Amino acid sequence: MGYDCIVCAKQVPDTKRITGEAMKEDGTVNRAALPAIFNPEDRNALEAALGVRDAHGGTVTLISMGPPSAAEVLREGLFRGVDRAILLTDRRAAVSDTHATSYILSCAIRRLPHDIVFCGRQAIDGDTAQVGPQLAEKLGITQITYLEEPAVLEGRTIRARRNVGSGFELVQADLPVLVTVMESANTPRPPAARRMMKYKKARTAGEVARELGQETGEAAAAAEVERRCQVLAEKGLLIETWDLGTIEADLAWCGRLGSPTKVHRVQWVKLAGGEYREFPATDEGVRELVTELIEEHTFG
Amino acid sequence: MIEVNRDGEVWIFAEQEAGRLSDVPLELMSKGRSLADKLGVSLAAVLAGGRVRDLSEKLVRHGADKVYVVEHERLEPYQTNSYTRVLCDLIAERKPQIVLYGATPLGRDLAPRVASAMKAGLTADCTDLQIGDHTPPGSDQVHKNLMLQIRPAFGGNIIATIVNYDRWPQMATVREGVMPLTEPDPSRRGEIIECRADLNGLALPLEILQSQRRQKKVNLKAARIIVAGGAGVGSRENFRLIWELANCLGAAVGGSRAAVDLGYVDHDHQVGQTGTTVRPALYIACGVSGAVQHRAGMSESAKILAINTDPTAAIFSVAHYGVVGDLKEVIPRMIKAVRSGAGAKA
Ligand SMILES: Cc1cc2nc3c(=O)[nH]c(=O)nc-3n(C[C@H](O)[C@H](O)[C@H](O)COP(=O)(O)OP(=O)(O)OC[C@H]3O[C@@H](n4cnc5c(N)ncnc54)[C@H](O)[C@@H]3O)c2cc1C
Repeated sequence: MGYDCIVCAKQVPDTKRITGEAMKEDGTVNRAALPAIFNPEDRNALEAALGVRDAHGGTVTLISMGPPSAAEVLREGLFRGVDRAILLTDRRAAVSDTHATSYILSCAIRRLPHDIVFCGRQAIDGDTAQVGPQLAEKLGITQITYLEEPAVLEGRTIRARRNVGSGFELVQADLPVLVTVMESANTPRPPAARRMMKYKKARTAGEVARELGQETGEAAAAAEVERRCQVLAEKGLLIETWDLGTIEADLAWCGRLGSPTKVHRVQWVKLAGGEYREFPATDEGVRELVTELIEEHTFG
Repeated sequence: MIEVNRDGEVWIFAEQEAGRLSDVPLELMSKGRSLADKLGVSLAAVLAGGRVRDLSEKLVRHGADKVYVVEHERLEPYQTNSYTRVLCDLIAERKPQIVLYGATPLGRDLAPRVASAMKAGLTADCTDLQIGDHTPPGSDQVHKNLMLQIRPAFGGNIIATIVNYDRWPQMATVREGVMPLTEPDPSRRGEIIECRADLNGLALPLEILQSQRRQKKVNLKAARIIVAGGAGVGSRENFRLIWELANCLGAAVGGSRAAVDLGYVDHDHQVGQTGTTVRPALYIACGVSGAVQHRAGMSESAKILAINTDPTAAIFSVAHYGVVGDLKEVIPRMIKAVRSGAGAKA
């Protein structure tokens, strides 16, 4: 029978590679100086969905909400096997907190058939793990957080093992459900070479317009952009672009306006550095250190 | 969402499982106490479950003025939907200004669902909370006495302070282990308020087929001294040195994620963002480079001693004492010095 799976993926700065240049003078993040990657646990979410399709058939649709550059994440999804890729982008969605983000995603997902929605447990830039549960609430569906093993599907029920920190819980629920997936749940498949050959040419309308502009040195004519998109669409190479209008989102719940939480202040963590007392690694030095720790009653 | 309510109480969700209170709500009590005192309002705990009434006293002794007890057979075991219903109903009825949850797996499953249903804000994984004023950019309206929700972001590279001035309650999850657990005061008295849960007719969509919990093998949070080993220890065999030093100091053993991944030590011992957050009197980091994710779990230790061959390792930036050298030589010297009572003055 097959299942319709949706995967939500975020393009994130690679927080492991943060260097000095990644922060601007004013303490805000210079996203341009950071390599952008497919959020790691969203890869596991994608793999979980592809696994369901391998076993039962059905479809996998990948949605990424973000700036136009998030098209990269969608191409990577196409390399790995998704059937449909949707870029959800709109200036009016900028600075959405998890509340607004989950609202916008819910508006998009309502327009798509969905038996199972897969999200990564959390994104490495915010580490909030909030979007999954908040999206489930807005869709009015059951949430199964912290999936740690491939889920088992039988008819309209899903059986899943949740990692609850101090152990696990094996749960069963009727579809539709939203599942948040942990790194331990699976090993994401590598991109398929044949698909890469084909889908590296996949583009969003925005990218088509930009590339056309670069070729001609002037602003791209709408008619020509449309013609090229048409050609791409016929070959299955057009990455769809949706905005807040497409999904009929209520602007009061999007972007800054729709975000209850606001940033009060951001500080770049500077390490103090070098203010420790050094003891030589010799017998003498170590004895002195231990003596000091005993004297200040840290030891004993 | 509820309207801004300056008289609203400060609430702490008292997470319990199978009738056992978690540590986090107790850790949150002292912070909750100081927030409530600054605002001049009561501190209340919300205690929900099957039979949980007996846990109220403990919450009072740790600082709660009131405990809202919600008992119902459908509240054991935990399910997202039933607990969400209980919290939302209570919040709508009693209009607290602040609600805090532990950033535990359960808290991070529940709090976002509640926030979404209430259309209220939620900040994840806070490491500190304060009361302060906020003026939105481009406005001259000062929002006084808000909860400043302080949390690391970007893999610990920035510290963000978040506020929520209009869609109340102000809610946050707070990381385990970052707030010190204070001594209970047996003389404290509080009010126990029984609340009704309206759960009949509510669908509980999950069927829990199997549930397995195990106690952690170590209690790092309670340790006064922790000796932690990292990838620099080099082998499982060498990791014995860490245990030996810990034994002779009466300390607990910790490890970096790399040490855990390499199989030197069990995950229960992991310190850091995805392990335990600790704040012992002394933290001895041996062969640990001091990645942000590791520092996130130990930088609040009263004293930090770093032993590392690389003088530029980031761990030295948070250290109070440092030995630049090979741990395979330094640790045996330390053990010897401790055994001999070192200066023998103590
Ligand atoms: C999302 C996420 C979450 C994470 N969570 C955690 C977490 O909770 N806890 C955690 O610890 N990490 C965590 N990490 C991993 C973290 O980024 C580091 O990779 C890890 O802490 C490195 O461990 P280490 O310091 O033991 O190893 P390394 O970085 O390899 O450092 C080894 C150190 O040992 C020193 N050394 C080598 N030989 C010797 C010797 N003979 N004597 C003395 N010193 C020696 C070296 O100079 C080096 O500084 C997380 C990462 C991510 C992305």
